[in-house]
Amino acid sequence: MELSSTQIGAITVVAPKGRIDHAQAPLFQQAMQSHVAACTQEGSPLLLDFSGVDYISSVGLRSLMLIARSVGAQKGKVAIAALQPTVREVFEISRFHLVLKVHDTVDAGVAALGTAA
Amino acid sequence: MKVRFWGTRGSIPVSITAKDVRAKIAAALRAARDRAQPIGDDAGIERFIDSLGFAVSGTYGGHSSCVEIETGAEDTGNEHLLCDMGSGARAFGQRMMERYGPARPQTYHVFMSHVHWDHIMGFPFFTPVYIPGNRIVIHGCHAELEHAFKRQQAAPSFPVDFSLLASTIEFDVMAPGDTRHVAGVTATTLKQHHGGDSYGWRFERAGKSVVYSTDSEHRLENAEETKVFVDFFRNADLVIFDAMYSLADAISVKADWGHSSNIVGVELCQMAGARRLCMIHHEPAYDDKRIDSVLAETRRFEEITRGDSALEVLSAWDGLEIVL
Ligand SMILES: [Zn+2]
Ligand SMILES: [Zn+2]
Repeated sequence: MELSSTQIGAITVVAPKGRIDHAQAPLFQQAMQSHVAACTQEGSPLLLDFSGVDYISSVGLRSLMLIARSVGAQKGKVAIAALQPTVREVFEISRFHLVLKVHDTVDAGVAALGTAA
Repeated sequence: MKVRFWGTRGSIPVSITAKDVRAKIAAALRAARDRAQPIGDDAGIERFIDSLGFAVSGTYGGHSSCVEIETGAEDTGNEHLLCDMGSGARAFGQRMMERYGPARPQTYHVFMSHVHWDHIMGFPFFTPVYIPGNRIVIHGCHAELEHAFKRQQAAPSFPVDFSLLASTIEFDVMAPGDTRHVAGVTATTLKQHHGGDSYGWRFERAGKSVVYSTDSEHRLENAEETKVFVDFFRNADLVIFDAMYSLADAISVKADWGHSSNIVGVELCQMAGARRLCMIHHEPAYDDKRIDSVLAETRRFEEITRGDSALEVLSAWDGLEIVL
């Protein structure tokens, strides 16, 4: 799974690419592991830049649920940004917009994670 | 084959209330007031009602799980197939009594997903069980099948004990994976994730197939398990599927509650190459508008994720008939 990460201030922005389908989801989750581990109360807030993701299946969404849950347990902060229109629709239909805070752009996500208490 | 839904609500029967009816009438009157053209004659009224949308002009209904499968086979005598004995079985029994009366005994084959209350509660109100000559065969994979039906009617919970039922009642406890040939139909089972286990049924006849898969939670982490269900749903003309919760709820706050989502229903049907998905076991807290919007969203999800062939998506309501 192709996954690039950059640091914007205190925030780690991770950008997966392609389809997070039944086959890719475990690889995505694996690739996210170190970022999730670092996303603690004192560590780096995590922003998922989804601009390069054109499809996500239920198993992919489940990976996001597990990421959100792990981060929550560590009292870290995670959000998602820049969803492609159909992925955004899938988020709403599956009610995942209630699981992860969705931002329209990476900038908006970075700003929100940077300022939130 | 023809599939007729007698009960489509999950967990507990519900009814629309006076407030719901009033809201429907108000919505209809507003639509009538805002029309440019007069509604006209009785046919015009019917067309106007149809234009209102199902959430206003109809209701998904409130009986718990009960689905009839009319085989269309002519040489099988007076045999009827039913999935589950939820509260919808009462209305089904009424229809059978109107059609056949007490003088024409019938055989009813009931295929049980499991024996939770919402799937057995219609049995004591299924009038044919009180009529001598009728035969009721209850097929299922739970060792406690007979016990569950008898206990439900035992004092002090019901006034008529099971032993007083005048029809002939048989219990057919099957092993998972067993097959039965009944009324020209081949029925196979598959074990599903649910508290105390549940079983899906696949019915086939003359090249047509229906899958009844309710009270089934799909744990998405296991690809092998997914494949087993995809094979069970393979090329089905109709998959009747428990889509009680949203995906987010089904895998978080309602994980291990034993139910699935519209998203997983669409994905499994797409992988299996099924033709139609019909969602059942509607959440009791949902009103008609909410179920309607879940249906619209599910159709949109199917459209977004469609591969080579389209999957028709429906939401079951008490009274719906689907001809295969
Ligand atoms: Zn149920
Ligand atoms: Zn159940």
